[in-house]
Amino acid sequence: MMVTVALFGVLTLVALAPIAVAMSASPNATGFVYGACLIVTLILFLLALHSLLDHPAASTITLPLGLPWLGAHFRIDPLAAFFLVVVNLGAAAASLFALGYGRHEETPQRVLPFFPVYLAAMNLVVLADDAFSFLLSWELMSLSSWALVIADHRRVENRHAGFVYLLMASFGTLTLLLAFGLMAGGDGAYAFDAIRAAHPALGTAALVVVLALIGAGSKAGLVPLHAWLPLAHPAAPSHVSALMSGVMTKVAVYGFIRIAFDLLGAPQWWWSLVVLALGGVTAMMGVLYALMQRDLKRALAYSTIENIGLIFASLGLALAFKAYGMHVAAALALTAALLHVFNHSLFKSLLFFGAGSVLTATGTRDMEKLGGLIHRMPQTAFVFLIGCTAISALPPLNGFVSEWLSFQAILLSPQLPSWGLKLMVPAVGALLALSAALAAACFVRAFGIVFLGRPRSYDAGAALETDTNSLAAMYALAATCLIVGILPGIFIDALAPVTQMLTGARMPVQTDAEWMSIVPIAESRSSYNGLLVFAFMVITGTATAFAIHRFASDKIRRGPAWGCGYPDASPLTQYSASSFAQPIRRVFGSLVFRAREIGTMPPPGSRAPATLTVQLRDLIWDFAYAPVANAVGLIADRLNYLQFLTIRSYLTLVFGALVILLTVLATWP
Amino acid sequence: MHSITFDIAHMLAGSLVLVSFIQLYQQRLSALLNIFALHAFVLAASVAWQAYVQDAPHLYITAVIALIFKALVIPLALRRIVIRLGIHREIENVFGVGLAMLLGIGLVALSMVVMLRVTSGADPLAREDLAFALSVVLLGLLMMVTRRNAVSQVVGFMSLENGLVLAATGAKGMPLVVEISIAFSVLIAFIVIGIFLFRIRERFDTVDMQAMDRFREEQR
Repeated sequence: MMVTVALFGVLTLVALAPIAVAMSASPNATGFVYGACLIVTLILFLLALHSLLDHPAASTITLPLGLPWLGAHFRIDPLAAFFLVVVNLGAAAASLFALGYGRHEETPQRVLPFFPVYLAAMNLVVLADDAFSFLLSWELMSLSSWALVIADHRRVENRHAGFVYLLMASFGTLTLLLAFGLMAGGDGAYAFDAIRAAHPALGTAALVVVLALIGAGSKAGLVPLHAWLPLAHPAAPSHVSALMSGVMTKVAVYGFIRIAFDLLGAPQWWWSLVVLALGGVTAMMGVLYALMQRDLKRALAYSTIENIGLIFASLGLALAFKAYGMHVAAALALTAALLHVFNHSLFKSLLFFGAGSVLTATGTRDMEKLGGLIHRMPQTAFVFLIGCTAISALPPLNGFVSEWLSFQAILLSPQLPSWGLKLMVPAVGALLALSAALAAACFVRAFGIVFLGRPRSYDAGAALETDTNSLAAMYALAATCLIVGILPGIFIDALAPVTQMLTGARMPVQTDAEWMSIVPIAESRSSYNGLLVFAFMVITGTATAFAIHRFASDKIRRGPAWGCGYPDASPLTQYSASSFAQPIRRVFGSLVFRAREIGTMPPPGSRAPATLTVQLRDLIWDFAYAPVANAVGLIADRLNYLQFLTIRSYLTLVFGALVILLTVLATWP
Repeated sequence: MHSITFDIAHMLAGSLVLVSFIQLYQQRLSALLNIFALHAFVLAASVAWQAYVQDAPHLYITAVIALIFKALVIPLALRRIVIRLGIHREIENVFGVGLAMLLGIGLVALSMVVMLRVTSGADPLAREDLAFALSVVLLGLLMMVTRRNAVSQVVGFMSLENGLVLAATGAKGMPLVVEISIAFSVLIAFIVIGIFLFRIRERFDTVDMQAMDRFREEQR
């Protein structure tokens, strides 16, 4: 029943694509398509919420589509329901934002037909219950988002981003295809039910996990498979960037959870070593990259990589606990991962919306050309600040809750029997803690350079506040961030059916705890009360403000900014994005990015300007991607002469190939 | 098993292979066309015999198609083309007859080994038929590879297609529609190739493929 309604919703979304094509000439197309998307995704969101909270039993349907002997299986179980909530909440917010943002689009006809298909495809991936439908929807998701990435195809870097994205997406799908092929076995039992019932051999299962990690990880942005993500996510229109970063990476996480936790059955402990290590490295590298970026949207995309690392580290921990039968601890780690999935989809969408509003208002994503926007776009600045606080994991917002739960799970690691994990988990925990701190620095930088200080360009000085629809979408997300932050117990309890399904246990019921605190394991160990922290902040803040204005002065004074004694206070003398990142670049950059700073000082008397050039190298690109690209180029060059053979040579080639194949067939043992 | 029907089918298919060999060492185009007509004629006889053996009347239609189009229409038309192009006395040697024959023998051996292995357990008549058919296909390909003149490449292509028809009729239950459509597609291919031959001659004054390759070399 549930799944039928959901499929109707998906069908409606798909049907919007031809309507969008037909309406492309009409000025109302933007409003109609995004409005319809908003309504449909809201319905799907409510439906998913309903089935997550009230219907733990799975709802399935088999349609006579796809492979003739298989059909198309669809199913909503708690895991799918949770990810449907994430997908459709993000999609609804993006549609609402796009109602305003889409009006500034230069070529809406390049975006409108693909947007609803993209939403439908993400829903379908989560709904699919057999390998064929899953891969088909996965590929549809990749292709429709690729079309959105190259929507603005006139810019060279967008075309390059689209190319790299298409390559990586095909590669990821290929590995997933192999993973499902291994799980289905020789008989081609592609339905997930059949895969669950079959128990693969140890070696096969390990290979499947590695393949799934590569396939889902390349979509989610695990280092070193992340190369496409910071190129493609910023290239798309901002509401699509928000969906790609906030939602599509979560669909990839879903793919991994579905395979590693559900389809493969009982895990081996050492799987978690791989996942943990990749997660830790990804978090660290992601945030370091983010700190080095000047492009606001690209910094946000790299920050997505960091959060994906955190999520995968928690998932690895959950795998480890599950492998050793520590079900409650596994439930804790999995809850942390899932809650962070939800939270990240909220604040990353919010931040991309903010970046989109800034882009519309100023026409640039370069942080060095922004500044002072808090005076011109006060509301955007306010919600962006909430997003920054949330993603920096500061209480009382939601980012803190999920990261705190992750660390609670990490603190349980000494109970693990394996020495490898005992040593590994704290190391990963240290990496995560470091990256959490650096993430805070990264978002202080992003907010401070973009919104504070004085405008660094004329356009930044002439910016205007964004429109109501965009603001409504951002306010809605910011409010959700706050609610999850101060009342996390409700959301943790809502995840119980998912953890029950995947780990066989759940976290203690949180809504029974006193004073709305959350207690992951036991009261004596640790607890957190977001409401109390929030109330304390509000009360002390109000009291301080009242006291200052009551007992000191209630006038607002404005004076000239202190210009360090320089008479001509050019905005360029302010802190810049690069100078803010300099200390961190000096500490980490020389190792990770081979950062070089080359300063030239003109001789005394010369009026030439002094310059400081910073050189960064992307070592992962240089050592992992560039050699592959070079090898492919070399081989292609060598094979190029095959294009210019004579007809007889071609015939001889075909003939020779046929004879060789027949000989192989004849001599096959 | 070793009834007279089997023997006759065997003999007809075998003579098709034999005629393919005869094609391989024809050096003059007009002689080659005669042998090609003979090839198609043997094919028609073989198909007709299959129709009798399998008691499948629709195969008679295939046989008639083969007889009319491949044994009469196409060779006559090709002969006209060759005479109009003035190349009916042309002699072409890519490499020696001996080598071509040796290669051909190797191919026949290969196709026997492959087919008899792959189809073990199938009807013995169909097995032999398929093995011979594959030999004919491979010999046709060999002819396309070893010839330099466009017309003899066309003949190689047509005799390759004869091998396909032999395979199709050897297997029971091939629908008539498929055979008719194959026959017509070959006819169309023939027409297209014929037009191309004249176009090529107009442009380059020859239908020798090597001459055209030289033109391409210059363009590159």
